[in-house]
Amino acid sequence: MNMTVDFSGLAGQELLSNLLCTYTKVGALRWHQDAEALRAAGGRLLTLWGADDRDRDGRFRIYAAYLFRDSVAVFEHPMEQGANPTYPSLAEIFPCALHMERSVHDLFGITSMEPDHRGWLRHGGWPRTVFPLRRDFDGSQQFPIDSQPYPFVQVEGDGVHEIAVGPVHAGTIEPGHFRFSVVGEKVLRLEERLGYTHKGVSKRFEEMSQMEGHRLAARLSGDSAVAFSWAYCAALEAIAQTPCPLRAASLRALALEHERLANHLGDLGALGNDAGFAFGLTQFSRMKEDLVRVNASAFGARYLFDFVVPGGVSVDLPENAPRSLLDHYLALEEGVSSLRAIYDNHAGIQDRFRDAGVLKQELAEKLGAIGLVGRASGVSMDLRVDHPYPPYDRLEPNLVTQSRGDVAARVQVRFDEISESVRLCRLLLEESASGPIRADCPFAPPGRLGLGLIEGWRGPVVVALESGPDGTIRRCHAHDPSWQNWPLLEYVIPGNIVADFPLINKSFNLSYSGHDG
Amino acid sequence: MLNTLSRMIRTGILTETIPPPKAASAQVEGLQMDLRKILGRALCIRHVDAGSCNGCELEIQALNNPYYNLEGIGIKFVASPRHADLLLVTGPVSANMEEALKRTLDAVPNPKLVVAVGDCGACGGVFGSNYASRGSVANVIPVHRTVTGCPPSPAAILEAIRSVFVEY
Repeated sequence: MNMTVDFSGLAGQELLSNLLCTYTKVGALRWHQDAEALRAAGGRLLTLWGADDRDRDGRFRIYAAYLFRDSVAVFEHPMEQGANPTYPSLAEIFPCALHMERSVHDLFGITSMEPDHRGWLRHGGWPRTVFPLRRDFDGSQQFPIDSQPYPFVQVEGDGVHEIAVGPVHAGTIEPGHFRFSVVGEKVLRLEERLGYTHKGVSKRFEEMSQMEGHRLAARLSGDSAVAFSWAYCAALEAIAQTPCPLRAASLRALALEHERLANHLGDLGALGNDAGFAFGLTQFSRMKEDLVRVNASAFGARYLFDFVVPGGVSVDLPENAPRSLLDHYLALEEGVSSLRAIYDNHAGIQDRFRDAGVLKQELAEKLGAIGLVGRASGVSMDLRVDHPYPPYDRLEPNLVTQSRGDVAARVQVRFDEISESVRLCRLLLEESASGPIRADCPFAPPGRLGLGLIEGWRGPVVVALESGPDGTIRRCHAHDPSWQNWPLLEYVIPGNIVADFPLINKSFNLSYSGHDG
Repeated sequence: MLNTLSRMIRTGILTETIPPPKAASAQVEGLQMDLRKILGRALCIRHVDAGSCNGCELEIQALNNPYYNLEGIGIKFVASPRHADLLLVTGPVSANMEEALKRTLDAVPNPKLVVAVGDCGACGGVFGSNYASRGSVANVIPVHRTVTGCPPSPAAILEAIRSVFVEY
């Protein structure tokens, strides 16, 4: 099937994906011009990645995926031949592209025409002249650390001082660095430095078989294991042209909604705690533990790292599971609604939540906020609603949004999404399509590119997968929505007091590992 | 306020005194006695994510929920390595975290113990070692005990903490 979708005159052919996806090859001029046209047509930059195809035609390539209300458009720009080619930056049009372009430089040595050339993923773990994702680089090589000071932007003025936080944080959380410039209690500027957990995931994919890649994808960000392993499998199944059976899709969605529930419960507890309400943490962490114990009895594991596999899922629910799951949902709903009333009516908590860390809708749209954080600022976008891939096409999920864009709004979105997820879980159990839970997924023929997109609990996760010969992975790019939302925090924090940073940061709860790769 | 109090009373004390999960509570009581005997005070733990996927962190956080109630038996997660007796390290050690991990260990007063958590901490896990990952924690700092699993259950982490300080 060849179909054409028109974005202000930009034509494309179909790209293999679990969503409606088009593909266009452009030169340097159109790479930039089309991005402007796509932005004007309401497109959002979903992800950006590079590829080293010098072994094929002597070129590097840069790809961008844009999200529209009804489709996804992928653009490929084969660059001029040469050792260190450049391409026009998209950061002026889509500000979130900046960190992605800096990372592409660190990994490939291809450079955007953007003036900020500070290393983003490269902190000194490998030399400046080494580009790990080039095909002629041997991934097993290691280098001594050569850490250079990172030139943070300095704020000068009477009484301005800096607070450096991280990478090791006070708490059981992931590593990253935050540099605050403050006057008294008030933050004037926040600059983030990420990349500490960069583990060379993309290079690792290239050593794996197509039938193993889902295990690595699941571990890109452990709290989004179902979302990433599903996105990987969706990409693989698209290029291998093997749809997963109906029952498997239902079970994947059930697992995905459980993942959303577990994370939202955990966040609501932690947010209460950060506002000085330890009772909230106790209650919600207990409910989260109840849920992961239910996971253990229904899916065989507390966290579902290896549940989604190519072609389907690894285990079916035990016979008595639907009954006990339904009982569990009743208890969960009762607990959440009573705690919601307590949160809503607690003046102290509401005082901390309201007007803290405001991300106005206008700014959210401009900067390309996506996922949960976007929805709390009125950006109505959810892949399950806009692009209902199976089984969501049968469930009619409801979109949850808030308009205030403060911590309170992000709390409300979590509460509402819990209710909606429970509703979807019930539907999934009721309709429970029968049949096989796994199809035999063959290796994809070499040289195919496919895209898998799944709405994880943070937002849309993307896996772009290109097959190599004999079931190998030629290139795999996995993208977490935190790429889009980390820079927003730098806009949201100034004007707030330092003591509110943990609360605001928690209300975003972005991934470090998912971002750093 | 009334709602909050009523919820507290209705929830009651959930800390597990009998299984399930299997043997977790026996560990807890044994651990508490060992703590008193050996340390005569609380055990202070500092967690360091040296490059983990955030999966092990979820299970470490679970140790503080009411079922495991770690603080109730005298084990505390502290904010500074200078207050810690034990480092709980997760993840394959990324090249970018190598220096931070070594410096954190330096900041822990002697005597100090290190427990590497999860398959990645034990052997590098699915990531292995490469240009950006040093593999297991033991490749970077001395490790006294490893606990495997992806992620290991809270009970397994608890058991590793108990056994390491009974032994050393």
